[in-house]
Amino acid sequence: MTDSTLHSILLVLVMAVVTYLLRAFPFLVFSGKKPTPKFVLYLGKVLPYAIIGMLVIYCVKDISFDSVSHFLPYIIAGAVVVILHVWRRNTLLSIIAGTLSYMALVQFVF
Amino acid sequence: MKNKKDVKKAFVASIPVLAGYLALGFGFGVLLSTKGFGGIWALFMSVTMFGGSSQYAAVEFLDDGISLMSAAVATLIINARHLFYGISLVDKYKGTGLKKAYLIHTLTDETYSLVCNDEAVKDVENKHLYYFLVSLFDHIYWIIGCTMGAVFGTNVSFNSEGIDFVLTALFLTIFVEQWLSNKDHIPAVIGVVSAVLCTAIFHENMLIPTMLVILVALTALRYVRREKYDD
Repeated sequence: MTDSTLHSILLVLVMAVVTYLLRAFPFLVFSGKKPTPKFVLYLGKVLPYAIIGMLVIYCVKDISFDSVSHFLPYIIAGAVVVILHVWRRNTLLSIIAGTLSYMALVQFVF
Repeated sequence: MKNKKDVKKAFVASIPVLAGYLALGFGFGVLLSTKGFGGIWALFMSVTMFGGSSQYAAVEFLDDGISLMSAAVATLIINARHLFYGISLVDKYKGTGLKKAYLIHTLTDETYSLVCNDEAVKDVENKHLYYFLVSLFDHIYWIIGCTMGAVFGTNVSFNSEGIDFVLTALFLTIFVEQWLSNKDHIPAVIGVVSAVLCTAIFHENMLIPTMLVILVALTALRYVRREKYDD
């Protein structure tokens, strides 16, 4: 096994364990009688919005604005996703149409 | 055979997830295969991690070879919302015994939405069995979708250039959905602005600094607007 394979396996296991601990935490800590701390409830409300915003930026962090043919497909396909989703509110449709239009743009247009 | 009815009810309830998971899982598998990870990896990841956003993010992490610590912190933040799913299920899952370990493992956004649908659970005879089956079915759909996608991506040659965008599209769609269904846009703006600033400074190592900035900013926001958030 190469070092990078081992690293990949460990990376998946670390992510799996952290995910499991997160899912199990409330069952271990909150008996259902003790009230949940207000700050935790607050984070539960607002954190998902901030995190998804961060993940969007994480995905596009490698965009280079030096060449139009590089960033324009992102802008157009991103607009397809946003407009389609505002219009139809269908998650799968937005994802598939956005991805196909991006693939078409980078393969055939730019 | 009262349990047979419960099995059928659990299956019918899970059909929307069937469609969604096969498609999203397939997309994940294809994306994963373009980075050189085949079906066995998709199987491994879908069995052990079972999470949409985190598995999609993991493709990028595997490709970038980020450190285990960064991966742990990123998972903590990406999946932090799961903390709050459990809180509302503590009572429901009480007395499920050994099944509870698996019910916890399979608590994704979609599974959560199914087990929380009290209307669907109303006439179920054995509720614990129903929760278990819904969770199991969801997990199976996801494993099948992910593995098939990776096997397809590995064996069928097609021009996959640009397929990475599926990840951007997934997060962008969730972002728009959250924006439309919530009036308070400040947390979303905090996330985007923090990420842009930290990308400018830290480039590809932006995840951990961004998450710290987000936590600080959200804490400050609560302090500034405590009347609004404390009810």
